[in-house]
Amino acid sequence: MKRRDFIQKSVSLGVLSGAAMALGKTRDLFASDAIHHALPYDMVAIKGGEPDVMFDKAMASLGGMKQFVKPNQTVVIKPNIGWDTTPERAANTNPVLVGRIVEHCKMAGAKSVYVFDHTCNEGTRCYKNSGIEDAVKKAGGIMVSGMSESYYHPVEIKKGRNLKNAKVHELILESDIFINVPILKTHGGASLTMCMKNLMGVVWDRGFWHDNDLHQCIADFATFKKPTLNVVDAYRVMKRNGPRGVSVADVISMKYQIIGTDMVAADAAAAKVFGIEPSRIKHIALAEALGAGTSKLESLNINRITLQE
Amino acid sequence: MKQKHLKALRVIVSLFFLIALAFIFVDFREMISTAWVHRIHGLQFIPSVVNAIAVLSFSAVGFIIVLILSLLFGRVYCSTLCPMGTLQDVFSFLSRKLSIKKRYKYTRPMNIVRYGFLILSLVSLVFGSLLSLYLLDPYSNFGRIFSDLVRPGVISFNNMLAGLFERLNWFFLYKVDHKGFAWREAAFPIFMLAVVLWLSIWHGRLFCNTVCPVGTFLGVLSRISVFRINMDKVSCTQCGKCSAVCKSSCINIREMKVDFSRCVGCFNCLKSCPSVSINYKLSRPEKKTVSPEPSKREFLSKSWIYLIALTGISKRSMIRGERSAEAGPITKKYPVSPPGSISLVHFNDYCTACHLCVTACPSQVLQPSFLEYGFKSMLQPHLDYSVAFCEYECTKCGEVCPTGAILPLTTEDKKLTQTGKVHFIMGNCIVYTDETSCGSCSEHCPTQAVRMVPYKDGLTIPETHHSTCIGCGACEHVCPAKPYKAIYVEGNPVHRVAKSPEFEELEETKTEEFPF
Repeated sequence: MKRRDFIQKSVSLGVLSGAAMALGKTRDLFASDAIHHALPYDMVAIKGGEPDVMFDKAMASLGGMKQFVKPNQTVVIKPNIGWDTTPERAANTNPVLVGRIVEHCKMAGAKSVYVFDHTCNEGTRCYKNSGIEDAVKKAGGIMVSGMSESYYHPVEIKKGRNLKNAKVHELILESDIFINVPILKTHGGASLTMCMKNLMGVVWDRGFWHDNDLHQCIADFATFKKPTLNVVDAYRVMKRNGPRGVSVADVISMKYQIIGTDMVAADAAAAKVFGIEPSRIKHIALAEALGAGTSKLESLNINRITLQE
Repeated sequence: MKQKHLKALRVIVSLFFLIALAFIFVDFREMISTAWVHRIHGLQFIPSVVNAIAVLSFSAVGFIIVLILSLLFGRVYCSTLCPMGTLQDVFSFLSRKLSIKKRYKYTRPMNIVRYGFLILSLVSLVFGSLLSLYLLDPYSNFGRIFSDLVRPGVISFNNMLAGLFERLNWFFLYKVDHKGFAWREAAFPIFMLAVVLWLSIWHGRLFCNTVCPVGTFLGVLSRISVFRINMDKVSCTQCGKCSAVCKSSCINIREMKVDFSRCVGCFNCLKSCPSVSINYKLSRPEKKTVSPEPSKREFLSKSWIYLIALTGISKRSMIRGERSAEAGPITKKYPVSPPGSISLVHFNDYCTACHLCVTACPSQVLQPSFLEYGFKSMLQPHLDYSVAFCEYECTKCGEVCPTGAILPLTTEDKKLTQTGKVHFIMGNCIVYTDETSCGSCSEHCPTQAVRMVPYKDGLTIPETHHSTCIGCGACEHVCPAKPYKAIYVEGNPVHRVAKSPEFEELEETKTEEFPF
């Protein structure tokens, strides 16, 4: 919507300027693709620190956020903000981490940093009680609602087997940079919820996924749009009763973080951190079969960092 | 204070209450705190009376203040505090501005109708049904009109603005989907709005003097009120200017008398009189009443017939309501009433279906019912899990309820209030029929009363635990099974206390090395 309007407006202002804008956008896209090949590591796994400190160290080893975000680009961050629970319950992504990511994007020169989720509980309560709204606003980001169907626009998932069409939030379709920030936790249906499962929160009709082989649909959607960056929050980890959890008794402290551009690889690593073999999680293998990424961690150049507490 | 200022004072106070009450009934963003919501509706007569009966305490004193006001000043309630009254004034103001109706004239009181409606309300109250009272009550009707009809419009307007601002990168407004509008529940508010609109345009405050039981009741009190409108028979020139501005059509120019039982205390007449012959002052009630007594008595006897007819209707329709529930493969015996409503009986007895909780409910799970509770409780809100589910941490409906039909709960109590119990139909479940993973129900269950247990080939299937279920309906709402849901909540006719979910301690596992 916004991009279309933007271009329309530009045209009405003058064909020349419009063309310049459009060219500018295309160039940026090529540029960010090129950068990925120049990353020093395929993935960074870090443990033993606070969420923001771990993110700082991990990003530094990748060359900083400027490797991913160019000045004046728009960024959308998709944490898990599905539940009306406090950060200690670890049902939602750690607010300190989300805030820190917004700050990194702003420091890299991002024009606007948007954060949203299609929540399961009522949206305003989730945003507030997760602590994410506060953290994002303090860091200079913008919280955007995901509560109305009118934010979601139909797309085609060309490589999808079961999921061929979906309605996707306009921020995912319009923003230059897409950062996926799931939290690692158990899930009654999908075994674990990580990067790929987190993307269920950018579509409107989740019921269709559950009704049409959940694992296949998760894998299908992983082929739709590759996030620029994935950050798996495993600082506090819900070990049972997920994804909502019942109380803090479901949560243990693990203090891990996994950062990478490949969702399948990040999920495989996160599963191992949790203590489950990636092969036991169906959507990882299905996504790999569709070419969404690799779960062969031994083939990747991983930077492993342990912080001293 | 000069008498001519009384009208200005009345207009200011009435607009304040009209706007404030309209706002709480369209406030879908929870902008007004519940403390203020109570202050705003605290002086509404019927909810205050019902609340005093429901909680049996003097905490609800709003109606006592109204009674005292009426005994002192006449029916000032109708022209200041009652939002339905002011709404009609707005309609008749517009009709005058648009030159539809410019002048009013005296009419005789319609005693049969007004006392009939009053008695109908009172008698049904004695028999334990608020139905005829809340279908006529101005506050509840105003609430239904604004919650059911105006609020969807406000939300659409909000969404349009939010869409515009979004393009400018402003996000202080956000779009909200209005869920669950149904014509059959909206039919009655639409009808009442049409009635009020028609009557107010052509007949001023005829609604208040025929249909409204509160107006008629306060009219009885105002016959003996301390301050009254009087006409000075010596100085009056019978020019008729006062009568032409009288919305209640209660100034009899020929006899130079004011039927104060119908006067809503708008004070328009005071300003209109060129000879200052009409005034508002301390006065003794006249011995001769304007209303003809025989017809009143006649109506008293007739109203019994209405009442008997009404109870007859209610019995028949209740049977019909139960039958329709058997049509689907999920057959529910009881609807689910809001947490804090204690039981279906308590809720049905004290709810006036004003739909304030419907507006306040953040998930919109609270929807007006049609015949789910039976005819005698029609339009009272119920938890409609086809629309949404009850938020675990939310206690909003009990906080705003003006009548005590839903009593306020602490968050801790709410989390253990069992409004219904979960039922699982494996034959409908996707894990069983398709042999694929799902877990939607368990995912949303806040107490894990629905939990996924090993099934086969690494699949998991729901297992339900009644003792910890609170009946929030999250499982039912999200169940993706088609055409019939595999999991649903059966209402508890009497709410219970659920067991607190307990799980064993987890062991902290410290990994020294990276597992990959």
